[in-house]
Amino acid sequence: RKNVEDFTGPRERSDLGFVTFDITADILYGKNGLQTIFDWNVKQLFLYLSAEYSTKNNALNQVVLWDKIMLRGDNPRLFLKDMKSKYFFFDDGNGLKGNRNVTLTLSWNVVPNAGILPLVTGSGHVSVPFPDTYETTKSY
Amino acid sequence: LYYQVLNFAMIVSSALMIWKGLIVITGSESPIVVVLSGSMEPAFHRGDLLFLTNFHDDPIRAGEIVVFKVEGRDIPIVHRVIKIHEKENGNIKFLTKGDNNEVDDRGLYIEGQNWLEKKDVVGRARGFLPYVGMVTIIMNDYPKFKVCI
Repeated sequence: RKNVEDFTGPRERSDLGFVTFDITADILYGKNGLQTIFDWNVKQLFLYLSAEYSTKNNALNQVVLWDKIMLRGDNPRLFLKDMKSKYFFFDDGNGLKGNRNVTLTLSWNVVPNAGILPLVTGSGHVSVPFPDTYETTKSY
Repeated sequence: LYYQVLNFAMIVSSALMIWKGLIVITGSESPIVVVLSGSMEPAFHRGDLLFLTNFHDDPIRAGEIVVFKVEGRDIPIVHRVIKIHEKENGNIKFLTKGDNNEVDDRGLYIEGQNWLEKKDVVGRARGFLPYVGMVTIIMNDYPKFKVCI
């Protein structure tokens, strides 16, 4: 985790977090989780991994770290290892340093062929504590 | 002939009432929009129709698909929320990006603007119908629908 010049915030420097992760997921549906979520009316799933946390500056922060489009016909099981975040994990301030409670959750948007667009959150989540100090150099 | 004119006027005013009623029920100034660009593919394509709601108490959360207008510009844009920072008092600033775009929408915002706020939101996408909006793309100035990128 670094403290980097951030041109998009009201202050000069903001915390930038780096996270690597593994995802093992089974996207199921139905009473016993036996039906596949890809029924006749599901065109695709838009999956995203978001980090949610609170800081002194902001009561709630949510940052999407990674996303993936899963089309009908793709395997609804995910086995991803050692993934790096796709998007910069900037905090609006310096709230990542020493933050013990950053929760990563996998959610998805069901895109139907026609009809309602629900957002579903996966049932597992992981808490990631951020260290108290900044990294000076690290290849990423 | 008198009846025909009256009949026609009835139809037009019922349609208008339904449209105005929709605006009130959904809380959005433009509850039905047409997708004009491919920036949300493969979820939405040009010509798809989106149904929006804009309830004031609905919180904006990462992953939601919102339709927003950049201040001063008339064109609504439909993209996904990828970052939010919300204060205790409910003040929220958020960033959006089209699924099919490489970069986030900062290039679309006003010069110097880096975040969107609740007031920029026209509505949240709740449902959609494919292809139906093609009609407006072809007809181009049908008064009932607002077009959307």
